[in-house]
Amino acid sequence: MREKQVYSSARRAREFEAFVAGAAGRLLHAATLLTAEPPDGNPRARRLLTLAFAHTYASWDRLRGEDPYDLTRRQLAVRFARGAWHRYGGRFRAPASAEIPLAPLPPQERLIVVLRLFEGVAEEQVAALLGLPAERVRTICARAVTTLLRPPPGRAPAAVRAKAAPS
Amino acid sequence: MSMRDREAAVRRMLERTPPRVPPGLYGDAVRHGGRVLRRRTAARRLLWLVLLAAAVAFVVWASTARPWVEPPSDITPPLTGW
Repeated sequence: MREKQVYSSARRAREFEAFVAGAAGRLLHAATLLTAEPPDGNPRARRLLTLAFAHTYASWDRLRGEDPYDLTRRQLAVRFARGAWHRYGGRFRAPASAEIPLAPLPPQERLIVVLRLFEGVAEEQVAALLGLPAERVRTICARAVTTLLRPPPGRAPAAVRAKAAPS
Repeated sequence: MSMRDREAAVRRMLERTPPRVPPGLYGDAVRHGGRVLRRRTAARRLLWLVLLAAAVAFVVWASTARPWVEPPSDITPPLTGW
Protein backbone atom coordinates (compact mmCIF):
# COMPACT_ATOMS: atom_id res chain seq x y z
CA MET A 1 0.00 0.00 0.00
CA ARG A 2 2.67 2.49 1.09
CA GLU A 3 4.99 1.42 -1.71
CA LYS A 4 2.22 1.83 -4.23
CA GLN A 5 1.51 5.33 -2.92
CA VAL A 6 5.17 6.31 -3.07
CA TYR A 7 5.44 4.96 -6.59
CA SER A 8 2.33 6.77 -7.77
CA SER A 9 3.43 10.07 -6.22
CA ALA A 10 6.87 9.76 -7.86
CA ARG A 11 5.24 9.09 -11.21
CA ARG A 12 2.87 12.01 -10.73
CA ALA A 13 5.78 14.31 -9.89
CA ARG A 14 7.68 13.22 -12.99
CA GLU A 15 4.76 13.62 -15.36
CA PHE A 16 3.75 16.90 -13.79
CA GLU A 17 7.26 18.30 -14.09
CA ALA A 18 7.34 17.47 -17.79
CA PHE A 19 3.94 19.07 -18.23
CA VAL A 20 4.95 22.27 -16.41
CA ALA A 21 8.20 22.50 -18.37
CA GLY A 22 6.19 22.39 -21.60
CA ALA A 23 3.23 24.55 -20.67
CA ALA A 24 4.59 27.18 -18.27
CA GLY A 25 5.97 29.56 -20.91
CA ARG A 26 2.77 29.80 -22.91
CA LEU A 27 0.48 29.97 -19.89
CA LEU A 28 2.63 32.54 -18.12
CA HIS A 29 2.46 34.68 -21.23
CA ALA A 30 -1.33 34.34 -21.23
CA ALA A 31 -1.51 35.16 -17.51
CA THR A 32 0.70 38.20 -17.94
CA LEU A 33 -1.55 39.45 -20.73
CA LEU A 34 -4.58 38.89 -18.49
CA THR A 35 -3.23 40.85 -15.55
CA ALA A 36 -1.84 43.56 -17.87
CA GLU A 37 1.56 43.55 -16.24
CA PRO A 38 4.90 44.16 -17.91
CA PRO A 39 6.66 40.89 -18.89
CA ASP A 40 9.58 41.40 -16.52
CA GLY A 41 7.53 42.31 -13.42
CA ASN A 42 4.48 40.07 -13.22
CA PRO A 43 3.90 38.90 -9.63
CA ARG A 44 0.11 38.61 -10.04
CA ALA A 45 0.39 36.55 -13.19
CA ARG A 46 2.88 34.25 -11.49
CA ARG A 47 0.66 33.81 -8.48
CA LEU A 48 -2.38 33.14 -10.65
CA LEU A 49 -0.48 30.57 -12.68
CA THR A 50 1.04 28.90 -9.61
CA LEU A 51 -2.42 28.39 -8.12
CA ALA A 52 -3.79 27.07 -11.41
CA PHE A 53 -0.87 24.64 -11.70
CA ALA A 54 -1.36 23.58 -8.07
CA HIS A 55 -4.98 22.75 -8.83
CA THR A 56 -3.90 20.66 -11.82
CA TYR A 57 -1.30 18.89 -9.66
CA ALA A 58 -3.92 18.07 -7.03
CA SER A 59 -6.27 16.55 -9.60
CA TRP A 60 -3.53 14.89 -11.68
CA ASP A 61 -4.53 11.34 -10.70
CA ARG A 62 -8.18 11.92 -11.58
CA LEU A 63 -7.68 13.46 -15.02
CA ARG A 64 -8.81 10.29 -16.86
CA GLY A 65 -7.50 11.35 -20.23
CA GLU A 66 -8.52 15.00 -19.94
CA ASP A 67 -6.01 17.48 -21.30
CA PRO A 68 -4.08 18.99 -18.35
CA TYR A 69 -3.24 22.08 -20.42
CA ASP A 70 -6.89 22.75 -21.03
CA LEU A 71 -7.70 22.18 -17.36
CA THR A 72 -4.99 24.61 -16.24
CA ARG A 73 -6.10 27.22 -18.77
CA ARG A 74 -9.71 26.96 -17.62
CA GLN A 75 -8.61 27.21 -14.00
CA LEU A 76 -6.56 30.28 -14.86
CA ALA A 77 -9.50 31.93 -16.61
CA VAL A 78 -11.95 31.13 -13.84
CA ARG A 79 -9.61 32.33 -11.12
CA PHE A 80 -8.93 35.52 -13.03
CA ALA A 81 -12.64 36.12 -13.65
CA ARG A 82 -13.43 35.55 -9.98
CA GLY A 83 -10.76 37.95 -8.76
CA ALA A 84 -10.96 40.44 -11.62
CA TRP A 85 -13.70 42.60 -10.20
CA HIS A 86 -11.87 43.74 -7.10
CA ARG A 87 -8.31 43.33 -8.30
CA TYR A 88 -6.40 43.68 -11.55
CA GLY A 89 -7.56 47.27 -12.04
CA GLY A 90 -11.34 47.22 -12.50
CA ARG A 91 -11.91 50.54 -14.24
CA PHE A 92 -8.38 51.63 -14.66
CA ARG A 93 -7.32 52.05 -18.26
CA ALA A 94 -3.81 52.86 -19.28
CA PRO A 95 -2.70 53.66 -22.80
CA ALA A 96 -1.39 50.63 -24.70
CA SER A 97 2.32 50.13 -24.88
CA ALA A 98 4.45 47.55 -26.65
CA GLU A 99 5.11 45.85 -23.33
CA ILE A 100 1.50 45.75 -22.11
CA PRO A 101 -0.64 45.40 -25.23
CA LEU A 102 -3.92 44.81 -23.37
CA ALA A 103 -3.60 47.75 -20.97
CA PRO A 104 -6.46 49.79 -22.53
CA LEU A 105 -9.03 47.01 -22.02
CA PRO A 106 -11.13 46.24 -18.93
CA PRO A 107 -10.56 42.79 -17.33
CA GLN A 108 -13.45 40.99 -19.01
CA GLU A 109 -12.39 42.10 -22.48
CA ARG A 110 -8.81 41.10 -21.71
CA LEU A 111 -9.99 37.66 -20.66
CA ILE A 112 -12.03 37.15 -23.80
CA VAL A 113 -9.30 38.47 -26.09
CA VAL A 114 -6.71 36.20 -24.49
CA LEU A 115 -8.92 33.12 -24.67
CA ARG A 116 -10.21 33.76 -28.18
CA LEU A 117 -7.23 35.25 -29.99
CA PHE A 118 -4.14 34.31 -28.00
CA GLU A 119 -5.20 30.78 -27.03
CA GLY A 120 -7.60 30.13 -29.91
CA VAL A 121 -10.41 28.70 -27.77
CA ALA A 122 -13.69 28.35 -29.66
CA GLU A 123 -16.35 31.00 -29.11
CA GLU A 124 -18.86 28.51 -27.68
CA GLN A 125 -16.33 27.19 -25.18
CA VAL A 126 -15.44 30.67 -23.99
CA ALA A 127 -19.14 31.45 -23.67
CA ALA A 128 -19.76 28.28 -21.64
CA LEU A 129 -16.76 28.96 -19.43
CA LEU A 130 -17.81 32.51 -18.62
CA GLY A 131 -21.54 31.89 -18.55
CA LEU A 132 -22.30 34.34 -21.37
CA PRO A 133 -24.17 33.85 -24.63
CA ALA A 134 -21.84 33.18 -27.59
CA GLU A 135 -23.28 36.23 -29.34
CA ARG A 136 -22.09 38.43 -26.49
CA VAL A 137 -18.61 36.91 -26.57
CA ARG A 138 -18.35 37.75 -30.27
CA THR A 139 -19.51 41.32 -29.67
CA ILE A 140 -17.09 41.88 -26.80
CA CYS A 141 -14.24 40.42 -28.81
CA ALA A 142 -15.00 42.65 -31.80
CA ARG A 143 -15.20 45.72 -29.58
CA ALA A 144 -11.89 44.85 -27.93
CA VAL A 145 -10.20 44.37 -31.30
CA THR A 146 -11.49 47.78 -32.41
CA THR A 147 -10.18 49.42 -29.25
CA LEU A 148 -6.79 47.78 -29.62
CA LEU A 149 -6.32 48.70 -33.27
CA ARG A 150 -7.43 52.28 -32.92
CA PRO A 151 -4.39 54.57 -33.27
CA PRO A 152 -3.37 55.82 -29.82
CA PRO A 153 -5.53 58.88 -29.07
CA GLY A 154 -4.68 61.76 -26.82
CA ARG A 155 -5.56 61.81 -23.15
CA ALA A 156 -9.00 63.41 -23.53
CA PRO A 157 -10.86 60.92 -25.77
CA ALA A 158 -9.79 58.01 -23.57
CA ALA A 159 -11.17 59.76 -20.50
CA VAL A 160 -14.46 60.51 -22.28
CA ARG A 161 -14.83 56.89 -23.36
CA ALA A 162 -14.11 55.65 -19.85
CA LYS A 163 -16.78 57.94 -18.47
CA ALA A 164 -19.34 57.13 -21.14
CA ALA A 165 -19.07 53.35 -20.81
CA PRO A 166 -18.36 52.30 -17.25
CA SER A 167 -18.21 48.54 -17.33
CA MET B 1 -9.60 45.59 -43.34
CA SER B 2 -11.67 42.49 -42.66
CA MET B 3 -12.36 41.05 -39.22
CA ARG B 4 -9.90 38.23 -39.90
CA ASP B 5 -7.05 40.63 -40.70
CA ARG B 6 -7.81 42.70 -37.64
CA GLU B 7 -7.77 39.62 -35.44
CA ALA B 8 -4.48 38.54 -36.98
CA ALA B 9 -3.03 42.00 -36.25
CA VAL B 10 -4.12 41.77 -32.61
CA ARG B 11 -2.65 38.24 -32.40
CA ARG B 12 0.70 39.54 -33.61
CA MET B 13 0.51 42.31 -31.05
CA LEU B 14 -0.13 39.80 -28.26
CA GLU B 15 2.69 37.47 -29.28
CA ARG B 16 5.29 40.19 -29.14
CA THR B 17 6.77 40.08 -25.63
CA PRO B 18 6.80 36.66 -23.97
CA PRO B 19 7.78 36.81 -20.29
CA ARG B 20 10.59 34.72 -18.84
CA VAL B 21 9.43 31.76 -16.74
CA PRO B 22 10.79 32.08 -13.18
CA PRO B 23 12.64 28.98 -11.93
CA GLY B 24 10.62 28.64 -8.71
CA LEU B 25 7.27 28.19 -10.42
CA TYR B 26 7.30 24.39 -10.53
CA GLY B 27 8.39 24.06 -6.89
CA ASP B 28 5.73 26.47 -5.67
CA ALA B 29 3.00 24.73 -7.66
CA VAL B 30 3.99 21.29 -6.34
CA ARG B 31 4.21 22.55 -2.77
CA HIS B 32 0.81 24.22 -2.97
CA GLY B 33 -0.78 21.31 -4.86
CA GLY B 34 0.66 18.82 -2.37
CA ARG B 35 -0.84 20.80 0.47
CA VAL B 36 -4.24 20.74 -1.24
CA LEU B 37 -3.92 16.97 -1.75
CA ARG B 38 -2.94 16.36 1.87
CA ARG B 39 -5.79 18.49 3.10
CA ARG B 40 -8.18 16.58 0.90
CA THR B 41 -6.91 13.23 2.18
CA ALA B 42 -7.20 14.41 5.78
CA ALA B 43 -10.77 15.61 5.19
CA ARG B 44 -11.71 12.27 3.65
CA ARG B 45 -10.20 10.40 6.56
CA LEU B 46 -12.02 12.56 9.06
CA LEU B 47 -15.30 12.00 7.26
CA TRP B 48 -14.86 8.21 7.36
CA LEU B 49 -13.91 8.40 11.00
CA VAL B 50 -17.02 10.37 11.87
CA LEU B 51 -19.16 7.95 9.87
CA LEU B 52 -17.61 4.98 11.65
CA ALA B 53 -18.04 6.57 15.05
CA ALA B 54 -21.68 7.32 14.29
CA ALA B 55 -22.27 3.71 13.22
CA VAL B 56 -20.64 2.32 16.37
CA ALA B 57 -22.57 4.72 18.57
CA PHE B 58 -25.81 3.71 16.92
CA VAL B 59 -25.13 -0.01 17.37
CA VAL B 60 -24.24 0.43 21.04
CA TRP B 61 -27.31 2.55 21.68
CA ALA B 62 -29.60 0.12 19.84
CA SER B 63 -28.27 -2.92 21.70
CA THR B 64 -28.77 -1.29 25.09
CA ALA B 65 -32.05 0.54 24.49
CA ARG B 66 -33.63 -2.19 22.28
CA PRO B 67 -36.15 0.17 20.66
CA TRP B 68 -37.80 -2.71 18.73
CA VAL B 69 -38.99 -4.50 21.88
CA GLU B 70 -42.60 -3.68 22.80
CA PRO B 71 -42.53 -1.63 26.01
CA PRO B 72 -44.41 -3.11 28.98
CA SER B 73 -47.91 -1.72 29.06
CA ASP B 74 -48.63 0.69 31.88
CA ILE B 75 -52.21 1.54 30.92
CA THR B 76 -53.94 -1.70 31.93
CA PRO B 77 -54.19 -1.98 35.75
CA PRO B 78 -52.47 -5.01 37.26
CA LEU B 79 -54.78 -8.03 37.36
CA THR B 80 -54.95 -9.20 40.98
CA GLY B 81 -57.36 -11.03 43.26
CA TRP B 82 -59.37 -13.40 41.15
